[in-house]
Amino acid sequence: METATQHITTKSDPAEQTPVIFIEHVCKRFGDNVVLNDFGMTVEKGENVVVLGRSGVGKSVLIKCIVGLLKADSGNIVVLDKDITSLDHDEMDKMRARVGFLFQSNALYDSMTVRKNLEFPLRRHWIESSRDEIDAMVLEALENVGLAHTIDMMPEELSGGMKKRVALARTLILKPEIILYDEPTTGLDPVTGKEISMLIVELQAKYRTSSIIISHDMHCVKLTASKIVLLMDGKNYCSGTYEALSRSTDPAVKQFFE
Amino acid sequence: MTGDLSRFTGRFFAYGIKPRYELAEFLRQCYMIGNRSLPLVGLTGFIMGLVLTMQLRPSLVDYGVESQLPAMVGIAIVREIGPVITALIFAGKIGSSIGAELGSMKVTEQIDAMEVSGTNPFKYLVVTRVMAATLMLPVLVVLSDGISLLGAFLGVNIRSVTSFTLFFRQVIDNLAFGDVFPAFIKTFLFGFAVGIIGCHKGYYSSKGTEGVGRAANSAVVLSSIVIFIIDLIVVQVTDLIGIN
Ligand SMILES: Nc1ncnc2c1ncn2[C@@H]1O[C@H](COP(=O)(O)OP(=O)(O)OP(=O)(O)O)[C@@H](O)[C@H]1O
Ligand SMILES: [Mg+2]
Repeated sequence: METATQHITTKSDPAEQTPVIFIEHVCKRFGDNVVLNDFGMTVEKGENVVVLGRSGVGKSVLIKCIVGLLKADSGNIVVLDKDITSLDHDEMDKMRARVGFLFQSNALYDSMTVRKNLEFPLRRHWIESSRDEIDAMVLEALENVGLAHTIDMMPEELSGGMKKRVALARTLILKPEIILYDEPTTGLDPVTGKEISMLIVELQAKYRTSSIIISHDMHCVKLTASKIVLLMDGKNYCSGTYEALSRSTDPAVKQFFE
Repeated sequence: MTGDLSRFTGRFFAYGIKPRYELAEFLRQCYMIGNRSLPLVGLTGFIMGLVLTMQLRPSLVDYGVESQLPAMVGIAIVREIGPVITALIFAGKIGSSIGAELGSMKVTEQIDAMEVSGTNPFKYLVVTRVMAATLMLPVLVVLSDGISLLGAFLGVNIRSVTSFTLFFRQVIDNLAFGDVFPAFIKTFLFGFAVGIIGCHKGYYSSKGTEGVGRAANSAVVLSSIVIFIIDLIVVQVTDLIGIN
């Protein structure tokens, strides 16, 4: 075993309480395909952690394990002080209302209008609101991403970038404390990509949300990351700030910053 | 595979009983499923009734019992042709669309998105669709039987003349409880089979567009076969318990 693993950890504020996401010794395999192998990381409150890694390394699997869409084979995942491996169905739903998830494929419901797409999580999490309040929340969420005029369109009528922004609005509508972004800027032009990155930063500043951002887009990473975790061979290969990692001489790290 | 399907069916009953019930989505599915199949079911029903009558007439004429034509046709339609043909059309139309819809929702992570939105996707998508298919197929069969008999009425009138009331009186007088009841019961089973197989194929379709196509296709093939198997079983059972 090589000990090339380097840990360039940032000093977090000692006044900060327990991390909002705490992951340790997580293993996940599909048949013979070992995807996560003793993976661990933490996200402190108010932090934007970027997970970097080659395609197919298991980044999406990782965040799906965090919201319980996939079950880790072993290890601990603690989200907002709850061990998600031991939650029953109702507790899991309560926890999920506090965690937003932006899917890599957007996952907009294609049989519903944009309005219905955004209402769905509101109604489903039993948010007690009148018709007017729901309408106002939907409109506000769409205005946040600059797409108020698409409210009565079907997802198929939107461009790729617009879909991504609507998906983002749907993720944000419940004002989650934690947001998991699966490649928020992939497939967008650099300008829109930058807008989305700025939006992520703004949100984090405004609501003090914590997030995990999966991205290959180094512009987005540079703008958003307060910490970077490099996922390789199923492990947390190394972590640190953008500056620290970009100065790294380890070729495995360097390749991402070229 | 049968193991998977029976586990899936078990889950349907387990989740179907527990509240909360997705009533709005269930009603929407009833409307969609009924509405989408109605024109096709009506058209095929009418043609079946007409053709069946025209095909049966020569044999009945040979035996000199042409007057029995409405009774014969009525029994054939209500007991067998109506339920089975309608169910097969239903499998082609609804089974495939449920398979494809759930399959593409699976592939594009919409099912996962529902789950993180605090919705049990099995309840929201599967239970509602299976229930709707189970309840709507009997309705469609009744409509199709009616339209088939209209076709048959027309078929009778091509070569001879009979009045509308006389025709239907003859049909109804010759239908016994044993003709109608088992036929009606089996339509629920057909509907359930189409719904559960379509959902199962879609819900577990493999990734990619090819997977969606395969889900839709195998939903139709399997549910068509299962319809015939159910038909066979029902006829045996009703025979055994003596309602025939
Ligand atoms: N549901 C599943 N069943 C079986 N294998 C899976 C499943 N989901 C993911 N995998 C496997 O896990 C590995 C990691 O997949 P994952 O989607 O997490 O990659 P990723 O890092 O997100 O890649 P990308 O950047 O391309 O999105 C892949 O080898 C994939 O084949
Ligand atoms: Mg991914």
